[in-house]
Amino acid sequence: MGTSFGRGGATTFQQDLQNADCIVIQGSNMAECHPVGFQWVMEAHERGATVIHVDPRFTRTSAVCDLHVPLRAGSDIAFLGGIINHILTNERYFREYVVEYTNAATIVGEDFRDTEDLDGVFSGFDAEKGAYSPASWAYEGMQVASAAGQREHDGHASGERTGSGGVELEGAEPPQDRSLQHPRCVLQLLRRHYRRYTPEFVEETCGVSRDLFLRVAEALCESSGPERTGAFVYAVGWTQHTVGVQYIRTAAIIQALLGNIGRPGGGIMALRGHASIQGSTDIPTLYNLLPGYVPMPHTEHYGDYHEYVRRNSPRTGFWGHMEEYFVSLMKAYYGGAATAENQWCFDHLPRIDGDHSVYVFTKGMLDGTVKGLLVLGENPSVGSANGRFNRLAIAKLDWLVVRDLVEIETASFWYRSPEIETGELRTEDIATEVFLMPAAAHTEKSGSFTNTQRLLQWHHAAVEPPGDCRSELWFMYHLGRIIREKLRGSTDPRDRAILDLAWDYPVEGTIAEPSADAVLREISGRGPDGEQLGSYTELKKDGSTTCGCWIYCGSYADGVNQTARRTPHDRQSYVAPEWGWAWPANRRILYNRASATPGGEPWSERRRYVWWDAAQGRWTGEDVPDFVATRPPGYTPPEGATAEDALRGTEPFIMQADGKAWIYVPDGLKDGPFPTHYEPAESPFTSTLHPAHPTNPARQVIRHRLNPIANGRHPALSREVFPYVVTSYRLTEHHTAGGMSRFVDYLAELQPAFFCEVSPALAAERGLEHGGWATIVSARAVIEARVLVTERMRPLRVQGRTTHTVGLPYHWGTNGPSAGDSANDLYHLVLDPNVHIQEVKAATCDIRPGRRPRGPALLALLDDYRVRAGIRRAAR
Amino acid sequence: MIAGPPTIVSHLVDTRSHDATGAPRSMGFFTDTSICIGCKACEVACKEWNHVPQDGLDWTGESYDNTGCIGANSWRHVAFIEQARPVRQDDGAHGDLRWLMASDVCKHCAKAGCLDVCPTGALMRTEFGTVVVQSDVCNGCGYCVSACPFGVIDRREEDGRVWKCTLCYDRLRGDMEPACAQACPTKSIQFGPVDELRRIADDRVRTLHRRGVSEARLYGADRDDGVGGFGAFFLLLDDPEVYGLPPTPVVPTRDLGRMWGAAAAAAVSMVAGVVVAALRSRA
Amino acid sequence: MSREMSMVPAAKPRTYYGHPVLKPPVWSPEVGVYLFTGGLAGGSAVLAATARAQGNDVLARRALGTALAGVAMSPALLIKDLGVPRRFHHMLRVVKVTSPMNLGTWILSGVGAALGIAAACDVLGIMPRVRRVAETGAAVLGPVLSTYTAVLLSDTAVPAWHGAQLELPFVFAASSAATAGAAATILTPQSHARPACAVALGGVVAEIAAAEAMKRRLGDAGDPYHGGESGRFGRVATALGALGAGALVLGRRRRPLAVAGAAAVLAASFCERWSIFRAGTASASDPRYTVDLQRGRLTA
Repeated sequence: MGTSFGRGGATTFQQDLQNADCIVIQGSNMAECHPVGFQWVMEAHERGATVIHVDPRFTRTSAVCDLHVPLRAGSDIAFLGGIINHILTNERYFREYVVEYTNAATIVGEDFRDTEDLDGVFSGFDAEKGAYSPASWAYEGMQVASAAGQREHDGHASGERTGSGGVELEGAEPPQDRSLQHPRCVLQLLRRHYRRYTPEFVEETCGVSRDLFLRVAEALCESSGPERTGAFVYAVGWTQHTVGVQYIRTAAIIQALLGNIGRPGGGIMALRGHASIQGSTDIPTLYNLLPGYVPMPHTEHYGDYHEYVRRNSPRTGFWGHMEEYFVSLMKAYYGGAATAENQWCFDHLPRIDGDHSVYVFTKGMLDGTVKGLLVLGENPSVGSANGRFNRLAIAKLDWLVVRDLVEIETASFWYRSPEIETGELRTEDIATEVFLMPAAAHTEKSGSFTNTQRLLQWHHAAVEPPGDCRSELWFMYHLGRIIREKLRGSTDPRDRAILDLAWDYPVEGTIAEPSADAVLREISGRGPDGEQLGSYTELKKDGSTTCGCWIYCGSYADGVNQTARRTPHDRQSYVAPEWGWAWPANRRILYNRASATPGGEPWSERRRYVWWDAAQGRWTGEDVPDFVATRPPGYTPPEGATAEDALRGTEPFIMQADGKAWIYVPDGLKDGPFPTHYEPAESPFTSTLHPAHPTNPARQVIRHRLNPIANGRHPALSREVFPYVVTSYRLTEHHTAGGMSRFVDYLAELQPAFFCEVSPALAAERGLEHGGWATIVSARAVIEARVLVTERMRPLRVQGRTTHTVGLPYHWGTNGPSAGDSANDLYHLVLDPNVHIQEVKAATCDIRPGRRPRGPALLALLDDYRVRAGIRRAAR
Repeated sequence: MIAGPPTIVSHLVDTRSHDATGAPRSMGFFTDTSICIGCKACEVACKEWNHVPQDGLDWTGESYDNTGCIGANSWRHVAFIEQARPVRQDDGAHGDLRWLMASDVCKHCAKAGCLDVCPTGALMRTEFGTVVVQSDVCNGCGYCVSACPFGVIDRREEDGRVWKCTLCYDRLRGDMEPACAQACPTKSIQFGPVDELRRIADDRVRTLHRRGVSEARLYGADRDDGVGGFGAFFLLLDDPEVYGLPPTPVVPTRDLGRMWGAAAAAAVSMVAGVVVAALRSRA
Repeated sequence: MSREMSMVPAAKPRTYYGHPVLKPPVWSPEVGVYLFTGGLAGGSAVLAATARAQGNDVLARRALGTALAGVAMSPALLIKDLGVPRRFHHMLRVVKVTSPMNLGTWILSGVGAALGIAAACDVLGIMPRVRRVAETGAAVLGPVLSTYTAVLLSDTAVPAWHGAQLELPFVFAASSAATAGAAATILTPQSHARPACAVALGGVVAEIAAAEAMKRRLGDAGDPYHGGESGRFGRVATALGALGAGALVLGRRRRPLAVAGAAAVLAASFCERWSIFRAGTASASDPRYTVDLQRGRLTA
C-alpha cells in the first residue's frame, strides 16, 4: 500500500464500506475476525451492494455474502491478475482517473524487462544473491537509487519504510503519454504483463470456473466510474504469503484502474491482525523503523547525520520534510541533550546492519549470538511459524522475560512443550533463566489503541491492576529508570545513549504508573512555548519543536486529548470525525482529493466526498481533505519548488514523489514492479506460467536444518508424500495464539478443542471419521486434531486434477483449560522479502486418521516422512 | 451526504424501557437470523453480565456449535446448520451451500407455561412483560422445566434452582438494553418495544421476500399462536425444527380447564366406585 | 398468518443434530414413589369414610391408618426432590390456581391435617363429632389428592403426559382405589375386609382398562409407554394386576390368597405409576415426539 499510494495503511475506514456498490472480501474472513466492523458490510448489503467472498473455505463471512468463490490457497495473484486482464482487454478502466491520478501514462526506461521476457524474473535479478537491483525499473530518464551507498537498506528502501511512501525519484520529471499508447507506458506494460492471465488460466490455476471468475470481474467493473465505487477488504490471508506484498499490490492496481482509491465506498480496507497492530508499526516495534516510518539509520552511513537526512528526504512530496520529523523526534527522546551541535544526538541511535526481523534474530538465538529476549504480549511458541524452531531457540537463551496475563506456552516451554514430550529438550538441561512477569489487562491501564483504520482511541483504566500486574508503560518506564540509576555517574560514552534520555514522565497512584496522558502529549508534540501542536506542518528542524511521532502530531491538539473524544453517532455524520482521532490529521479516507475531478468537482452527486470550494478558496467536504487545504486544483508548481509544493493541484497521492498512484512501482519493492503469480514455497503444483521460476525468486528463506522445505530438491517426491494444501486461519471465539482466549472459560467453552476441517471427499480418501482424530504431517512437524468433515471445504480442480485442502485454526497450545497441538508448528520459514512475513496460508501436508505418536516415536514418524520426501534427513 | 440512515442498524428504535411518563413498556427481542454472523458475542456478553457459569468444555463436532442448547448455564445459544442444497439467490444465481446461524433465547411467552405452573410464585411477569425467576424464592421443584414447550428453563445442578434469560431485567430497569443486544455487532438481536419490533419484523420479511428469499418467515410474532406470541420472537430461514425449535408450541395451561374437568369426573367416579363396591360387598 | 407459513413438511423428520426439543423432567425417583403414596392416601381416605358410614369401624380405622401413612411419607418424598429442600415452605407462599403443584400442596396439607385430626380422635377415642368432620373432609379432599397428580403431569409440555390428559386422571383414580383397597385388605381382618377387597378388585381392573385405553388413544405418540423402562414396568403392572385380580376373586374365602392378591395389586399399581413417570423422560428426550406430533405425522 505504501509503494502504491504513499502510506502503508488502509485507505479508508470500515464505516465507509456501507457506501460501496460492490465489496470483494478476499484474503480475509471479515465476519469471523472483524465481526464488529463487518456490520458495515451487512449495511452495504442491505442497501443493495454485491458482496463477494473469495476464500478457499466457506466461512461465516461466506454465509452472509451474495457469492462465495472457492479458490486454491496461494493462487490469488492469478485470480486478481485475471481481473486486471479482464479490465484492460475490455477497456473497462476509469480512463480519466487513470490518466490523471495514476502513473499509467508514465513511460518506463528502455532497460526494463518484464517476467514475460525473462521467463519469470524481471530485469536486474542476481540469481546468486536471490535479489533484484531495481536500476532497470526506473522511469525513462530517471535514476533510481541503486545498490550500495545510496540508500539506507540494501540498496533501496524497504517495504516498511515505504509504509509511509516517499521513494525518491532523482532527475527530471518522467515523460508521459496521456493517450496511453506508447509501448513502454505503464498501462501497456501492464497489459503485456497480464496478457496470459486469461479466464482459462484462472480456472486452471485457481480452480475457479471461468463463469464464476467472470461474474466477479464484471461485478467489479460495473461498480466503477463516476457514479459507482467498489471496495476491497483484505487481511492476513493475503499478507501471510511469500508474495504477500504483491497480492496487495495486485488489488491496488485493480482499484487504481477502476478509479476507487480516495473515494467513498471504494478503497482498500486493510484489516489488521489485532487491535493495535497499526499502532505497533506507527510507533514501531519493527527493527528498521523509528516512529512515523522514519528509517532506522544503517551502519553503512556511520557518523554522517547529514547524509542520513539527505538520502531519506526526497525532493517532492511531504517526505521532503523528513528532517523536521526526525529532529522533533530526537528532541522528544533526548530533550535538552539533543542540540544542533551534536546533530540532535544522532550518534546515540543504534544502527542496523542487516535484517534483524523476528525469524532472523530467532536464528541468532539458535546460533548463540542473541542471548536474551523480552516477549511482551505475544506468544511466539504458538503463533510463529515453525514452532519448534522458536522453542528450541528460546531454550538456548541466557535469559527470557515474558510479560503476559497468563502463563503462555512461550513461558512454560522449559517444562511443557512438544519438545519436552519428544525428549528433544530436557528441563534439567535448559539453562535459560525465565522471568514470567504478570501484565495488566487493557481495562487496568490507560493508553491508546490504533486500529485497522488508523484510528487512535483512548482507553481509560477502569480499575487498578491486581497484585503485581503492571502495564507495559510501567514496565518500560521503571526498567529505564532503574537502568539509568545503575548507570549514574558512568563515564563510558556508550552509556550516554541511555543517560541523555529525557526520562521524566510523571507517575501516578500507589503503583507509580506513568501518566499515559503525558506520553501522548509528548507523542503529539509541543511547540517552542510548550503548547500542544496541531499538525505536523508545524514541526521545525531547528530544535524548537518536539514530537514523538510526526504522523500522530495533532492527536493532542489544543491541549485536548483528541483520541478520547466520544461524540455519539447520532450527533455527527457517518464519517464521525469527532470520535477518536485518525492519522494523518484526522483524515478518515486517505487520498480523498481523488474523490473529485481534476477540476475539483465531485465525480458525481452520488459519490460526493471532498471538493474544491472556489468561494472560500479551500478544499471542503465530509472529511479533512488529504491535500494542502488552500491549494487550488489548477496549481502548477513553480520552478525549484520542493516537498508538497512540488506537487500539482491534480496530484492526490501527496506522499508519492510524483503525486500519483503507482500502478507500476519503479522502486521500493524487493520482488518486482508488477505482481506476478508464483506458487507458494510448498505447493502441490508447479507454475504453468513460468516453469523456470515457479516460486518468488526474491523470497527470503531462513536456511537452517530446523527449517527443511518440501518441494526443494525433490519436488515430485515431496508432492507425493505431502499431497495436500494446508492452510491456517482464525475462529471468532479465539484470539491469535490463544493467550487471551484459551484461558478464559467463556471463550474456551465456545471452541474447546483444536480441530481440522476437511471435505467429505478428502475424508473418504484418507479414511478420516467425523468427530474422530487425525494426524497432520508436514516437513517440520507432526500434530493431531479432531476431525470436522464439512462441505464447506471444497475439493478444487487445478491443472487437470483434484486438489484437497486441510484447514486448521491456529489458536491452540499446550496450556490452559482448552489445550491442543499448535497448527503453526507445521509451517516453514520462507518469508515475503519486503516485510519478512511468514507464509502460513499455504504449505503442503499429509493427513491420516488417528492420533499422533508420543515421545521419540513422533520424531521417528517425522523422519520417515522426510526421508520419503527426499528432504535431507534432519539431525536430531 | 452519502450515507443515509442505516437500514439494518436499529438506531431508529427507541430502546428505552420506560416511556415519556416513566411508565414501563412491553419490551422484547426480534432476533433476525438472516443477518446473524455466528460470532457468539451474545453468548459471552450474557454470561459476563449475569455471571452464568461455564457450561462444559465439550467439542461436539456439530458444526461450530459447542454449546448444544439453551440451559441453566447457557441463556443464549447460537445454532449452526450447514445445508448443502440448491439456494436461489435474487439474481437467479445458484449457490449450493447454505450456513444458517441463529441465536436462540428464552421466548418470554405471552402465555408462559413455566410461569403458570410455578408453585412458589418464583416465576413472575415483570412490568416489562418479561418472565423472570426470582432466585431467592425458587426452591427448585423443577415443574417449570417440564412445562416449557421450548426446553429453555432448567435446573442448575450445583445450585438447585432454575435459571434462564431474564431479558436483563436489571439493565431494563436502568433503561439500558440487554447485554446480548448491545453486544450483537450486526444487530441481528434487536431490542425494543415488542409492538414496534413486530412492525419492523413484518417489513423485514416483506423485504426478504421481494429479494427472493422466500423461506424467510417469522416465528413467534403472532399473538394468536399457542403461547400468545413471544416477547422474544424470530425471523427464521427454514422450519423451526431445523433450529431445534417446536413447530407449533402450545402453552400446556391452555388445556387446564379440560384437565381439571377430567380430574373431577375421575374423582367423582372414584368415589362412586368405592361406594358401590363397598355397598355390594357388605359382609 | 401467512407470515408464519410452514412449508410442506419434509418426508423425513428434521431435527437439530437429533437434539431433544424439550428438557427431560428433573424430578427424582422420589416423585414417582409419591405418585403411589399420594394415591394410597387419597383412596384410603375415601375408603375410611365409606367404611365408617357402613359402621365398619375396624376397616375404617385401618383405612385411616393407611391414609395417614401415605400422607406422612408424601411430604418427605417431595421435599427430598426439591433443588433447595429447605425452601419447601415456599410452596405455601401463594395460592395459585394455574399451578397444579401449588394447589396440590394445599390439598396435601389439608388432607394431612384432616387425617391427622381424625386419626388422633379415633385412637384416643375422643371428640367423635370432630373426628367425623375431619374424616368427611379428608374423604372430600381425598379424591382430589388422588387425581390432581394427573393434572400435574398433564399440565406439562411432555407429549406422553400432555397427550394423555383425558385418561390419566381415571388411571390415577382407579390406581388410587386399588392401592387403598389392597393395603386395607392386607391389614384388616378378613371378617371386615370384604369391602376393601372389592375396592381393590374394582380398582385394579379399572386401572388396567383405563391405562390400556389411554395408550391406545395416544397411538404412535404413546410409544414411550411401550418401550424401554416404561414399557417394562407397564407390562409388569398389567401382569401383576391381572394376577392380583384373579387372586382376589379366588381368595374371597381364602385369606392367604386374598392377601397375596392384594400384594400383587399394590405392586401392580406401583409399577403402573412408575411406568407413567418414566415415560415422561423418554417422551421428552426424543425430538420426534414433539416435532412429528406437531407436524401431524404422529397420530395422537
